[in-house]
Amino acid sequence: MNETEIRARVLGAIKSIAPELEEGELRADRPLRDQVDLDSMDWLNVLVALHEKLHVDIPEADYGKLVTLDNLVGYLREKLAQRAA
Amino acid sequence: MIEFKLPSLGADMDQGKLVQWKVKPGDAVKRGQVVAVVDTSKAAVEVEIWQDGTMFEQLVPIGEAVPVGTVIATLLAPGETPEQAARQKRAAPLARPAPAAPVSAPVAPPISVAAPAAATLTQRKPVSPAARQRARELNVDVEKLVGSGPHGAVTVEDVQKAAAAVHVAAAPAPTDRYAEMRKAIAAAMSRSKREIPHYYLSETIPMQRAAEWLARENEKRPVTGRILMGALQLKAVALSLAKAPELNGFWLGGKFQAATGVHIGVAISIRQGGLIPPAIHDVDKLSLPELMRRLSDLVSRARAGSLRSSEMSDPTITVTNLGETGVEAVFGVIYPPQVALVGFGRLQTRPWSENGRLLGLPLVTASLSADHRASDGIRGARFLAELRERLQHPEEL
Repeated sequence: MNETEIRARVLGAIKSIAPELEEGELRADRPLRDQVDLDSMDWLNVLVALHEKLHVDIPEADYGKLVTLDNLVGYLREKLAQRAA
Repeated sequence: MIEFKLPSLGADMDQGKLVQWKVKPGDAVKRGQVVAVVDTSKAAVEVEIWQDGTMFEQLVPIGEAVPVGTVIATLLAPGETPEQAARQKRAAPLARPAPAAPVSAPVAPPISVAAPAAATLTQRKPVSPAARQRARELNVDVEKLVGSGPHGAVTVEDVQKAAAAVHVAAAPAPTDRYAEMRKAIAAAMSRSKREIPHYYLSETIPMQRAAEWLARENEKRPVTGRILMGALQLKAVALSLAKAPELNGFWLGGKFQAATGVHIGVAISIRQGGLIPPAIHDVDKLSLPELMRRLSDLVSRARAGSLRSSEMSDPTITVTNLGETGVEAVFGVIYPPQVALVGFGRLQTRPWSENGRLLGLPLVTASLSADHRASDGIRGARFLAELRERLQHPEEL
């Protein structure tokens, strides 16, 4: 799966929780949860949605690395590449 | 014959508009089954029935708003025949909104729809059975129609003519719902500050043990089974109430009534604005994974606007967690007729001294707003001390 596809899935997962999100207004290099107003329950639900779409289980210990949308997409790409290898 | 009344839908909601019947006359219903959907200012609420029986007559047409406590349907008790029920009904016509509201809803004075609603029921119009059947299918309120048949009887044709007009009066637009929700919150909070002499206490609670325990626990769990700190806090509150039963219940009729179960109202913010506090039942008896599952389910249903009447009617205490937004502490306004509200602020690493040493520890400020008519500060203090203690032993939650 290429980066564009992963990004589309991630945005889909976020929109399932925050349907009012305007993609054009989201800065991919700024903290994601502040911009989209995701509380810890919303965030967990985003990760559950990603788990369903991509079958990637993100451990809690890695939350700290996943600040921006770019972080999240990069992290998932790496995980999926590892699995393919 | 069983009279089924519109149950209380929360302290700040005194009426509901019938949106849908989920069962038909003649259907068998089981205790706890959802039989109707009612629109309130806050959400579409699924109304559950509290007895087994058979749906007999549905007395409130789709689209009509009625006060809490109104008989909206009659049911046949197990073994009862329709003939017996009809005889009973003739002998004692149904009373519409009785002034005696249910115990859990000692709310505001009855609203203005009460009068016309009472009138429509006591003087039933002549309606042919076929017209009544057709009206039900088309969601038309036959009582409001002018009949063109003999003696002003409503005919099938009258119903069909009216059907188009009824479609215009649809459910309120989302903006209306927000305005209505604001009004409901305003009414409940004004009443609270007018009537309840609040006192406020707070306690800073070290959360290192709870945070470490939860991290270890979540390491073992798949993302779908992960537990949030919010669930841990809810369980700790529920168990701590055993030390302060005066905080769990209602102020009704000039005195405190202790609740039999611990049903925690969870303040859930709606993304489009507004707030709704539905209950999770018997929190003290739920395991953490089960509590987490219920919490997650409740949040998603509250935000989708689909809650059940039992969740709206009977929170015995409310918990609010504003820590997500970054505030250190929250001192909340009690939802009447409840007598206490517990607030949690942000979990953050701050300086803390222990045995003369200065440490940086994750801390949270827990607060209690309580009704001074029902409890005194000393009892509230005991509750917060117990809460702090419980959170030092997360493995026992």
